[in-house]
Amino acid sequence: MSGPATVSRGAAGSGRHVAGEPAPASALRSQRPEPVGRSAMTGARVELSGWGWRHSGRHTWALRGVDLAIAPGERVLLLGSSGAGKSTLLHAMAGLTGDDAAITGQSEGTLLVDGAPATAARADLGFVAQDPQTQLVMARAGDDVAFGLENLAVAREEIWPRVDAALREVGFPYGRQRSTAALSGGEQQRLVLAGALAMRPRLLLLDEPTANLDPAGAQLVRAQVARLAEISEATVVLVEHRVAEVAHLVDRVVVLDPGGGVSADGSPADVFAAHGPRLAAAGVWVPGHEPAAPPGPGPGGAALIEAAGCSARAPAAPGMGATAGPMVIENADVTVRAGTATALTGPNGGGKSTLLTLLAGLSRPLHGAVRPRGSLAQAGTRPLDRWPARTLARHIGTVFQHAEDQFVTGSVRDELRFAPLRVGMGERETEEWVTRLLHQLRLTTLADVHPFTLSGGEKRRLSVATALSCGPDRAPDVLFLDEPTFGQDTRTWSELVELLDTLRAAGTAIVMATHDELLLGGFVDTALPVAHGGVGTPVPPERALDLAGRRHP
Amino acid sequence: MTPPHAATGPEPDAQPEDTRGGGAWFARVNPAAKLIVALIAAAGLIPVIDVVTSGVVLAGGLCLLAVSGIERRLLLALAGPFVLMGCSIGLVNLVFGDEGAMAALGTALRIMAIALPGILAGATSDPTDLTDALVQRLKIPERPAVGVLAALRLVPLLAAQWRTLTLARRARGIEAGRNPFRAVTIFVGKTFALLVRSIRTGTLLAMAMDARAFAAGPRSHARLSRWRARDTWLIAASVVLVACAHALAIAVGTWQPLFM
Repeated sequence: MSGPATVSRGAAGSGRHVAGEPAPASALRSQRPEPVGRSAMTGARVELSGWGWRHSGRHTWALRGVDLAIAPGERVLLLGSSGAGKSTLLHAMAGLTGDDAAITGQSEGTLLVDGAPATAARADLGFVAQDPQTQLVMARAGDDVAFGLENLAVAREEIWPRVDAALREVGFPYGRQRSTAALSGGEQQRLVLAGALAMRPRLLLLDEPTANLDPAGAQLVRAQVARLAEISEATVVLVEHRVAEVAHLVDRVVVLDPGGGVSADGSPADVFAAHGPRLAAAGVWVPGHEPAAPPGPGPGGAALIEAAGCSARAPAAPGMGATAGPMVIENADVTVRAGTATALTGPNGGGKSTLLTLLAGLSRPLHGAVRPRGSLAQAGTRPLDRWPARTLARHIGTVFQHAEDQFVTGSVRDELRFAPLRVGMGERETEEWVTRLLHQLRLTTLADVHPFTLSGGEKRRLSVATALSCGPDRAPDVLFLDEPTFGQDTRTWSELVELLDTLRAAGTAIVMATHDELLLGGFVDTALPVAHGGVGTPVPPERALDLAGRRHP
Repeated sequence: MTPPHAATGPEPDAQPEDTRGGGAWFARVNPAAKLIVALIAAAGLIPVIDVVTSGVVLAGGLCLLAVSGIERRLLLALAGPFVLMGCSIGLVNLVFGDEGAMAALGTALRIMAIALPGILAGATSDPTDLTDALVQRLKIPERPAVGVLAALRLVPLLAAQWRTLTLARRARGIEAGRNPFRAVTIFVGKTFALLVRSIRTGTLLAMAMDARAFAAGPRSHARLSRWRARDTWLIAASVVLVACAHALAIAVGTWQPLFM
């Protein structure tokens, strides 16, 4: 079914301005710098009919039979379970798919922007993706915003006023000369947005713009997206995982089916009322249908790891004149107890991941020591960073933020066999265990593919399994996870949290760096705020939510 | 799509100046001029190996060093290897060569004299300003140059990914210990993983650049790479210096071409 297009804001009666023509002279003579987003332009119209896309080298269609018309000025949220092709559709609208484009493959049907095939070369397109690190092109903030204008051959004397206006528009707190590397993730993403706005887009495509940000950074960017409605008539198409936070920013929700077309379309309230349960079951985060975390507290137990007076520096940046990195952890005292779940919270770049690698015995603290205690001390009494890797891996599991980082073999099956064989489990026993794990992880049909070719959710499930797959009776004493639920759909999320709950009930200590408020609000026993090098005193998780400036779930 | 800018509009602010080298004279020279000076020194010294020619050019390089504002630490890190290389080659020539002490000194000075202007040019030029200068002044192809500049931004990312891969190997129980064979295997595995990551990162960056119309037609330049009188004078001075060095060497009779 496809609902009627909502009435557009931009289409109403304003003088339509076509790209390529000079703007009306009255707009140009004004002394005051124009708000960047505003111009005499309406948003772009996007029309798809029978549109489909198949990535090169794939047999199945990522999307097929998409019929969709987006009116100028509409603000549309694209939804769908993971693998439904939301990002692919956005890339296609941006003209990034095609024979000469970044993403190659085969298309069918038509996709028209303002009646012409989509192309990345168009002047009035703005595209913002997940990770600001891979979107900033230049080393200085002003130069980066100017990059798009240079590509459009805007005259030099016009570039800088537009750059300044765009920086003001997104509330960029520094000058043009500010190094882009010195910005926080939220600031970087605002800069990316400024770079898009400076081009005066009529079609603005946002692909999970807050996914890689901490709560404070995400808040900044979402506020900016909300302001777009005031400053720009652009058509906005948004893909976002955490639907609850953005539902009020859009006037239309379009749901895509994996391998299919549009399965629901309408206002947010209507779509969630009519299709909420079905979408939630398919893994979509629907407001009011979020999965519940198994409640804490865990059984608790004796201390397993004790860090005393630990400090660590950030690694030196490569290049000429590199100096030692700044201190990211200073004089931290942390105790990890059996049968508990601890969350490390705080802003990105505040030292959570560094603390995690110190506690897990993966890196050596500059000062202080991380020592095993209780039952863990039976495996070795030296500080954890001096343990042989083999011993460490048997007792302490670590799940990295990017699952790929920890894959060391060429197939899913080998990945799961790796640890059991190393701890001396028999061939037959290993085979039984791996078969069982594959079934549990819903990866049986993918047992022989390369781990790198799995989808995001599959990679996450596999990476957690590799950290614990020493065998049925040999769960690690401590499991460390870096943003384990990040970007996962509700199905993988629920499976993961259930697994963690089972481990905790059996006495495993769980330590994770996370911003996930559902975890903090339900599952986690204690939260350790980590910010600006300091590790705060443990607080109940609800307090951590307050500290992060977020609402209670 | 550019509407003409109103003539009454405010003057754009001054273009960003070179920010490195603390505003010292050589640091403010156009990067293209610095590069040309380095090339002149190399072109002038590669064909000859005598001590006078190299010595005069090296003296010129040291004068530039004095006005480069380069930090001592950075200078040591960059120039140290060349000084070491020059000294060791000189020493080898002295001990095993049959040309005597002056020839050995000549070889040593030559290496340092060729390297110094290049080091100064590299260390006192901001990559962005260097790219601007190469594109606008030396007319090198623009898109590859900007692409390389953008790729430079990914180097710290790749370094961080390499560190994470190292930690992740330890977390999985893989460690080379003292086994060199295993060290090689682990290195190959990590390299492959990094390659996969870097291709993905590079693709994302290319997509972001495409979405900002990088693949489209002619570009304008937000920053003007200014060419000033001092840039021309510096190049002229280097040509004169190299010529004088050769003349002086011929006059005192030490001039010695490489192949003769």
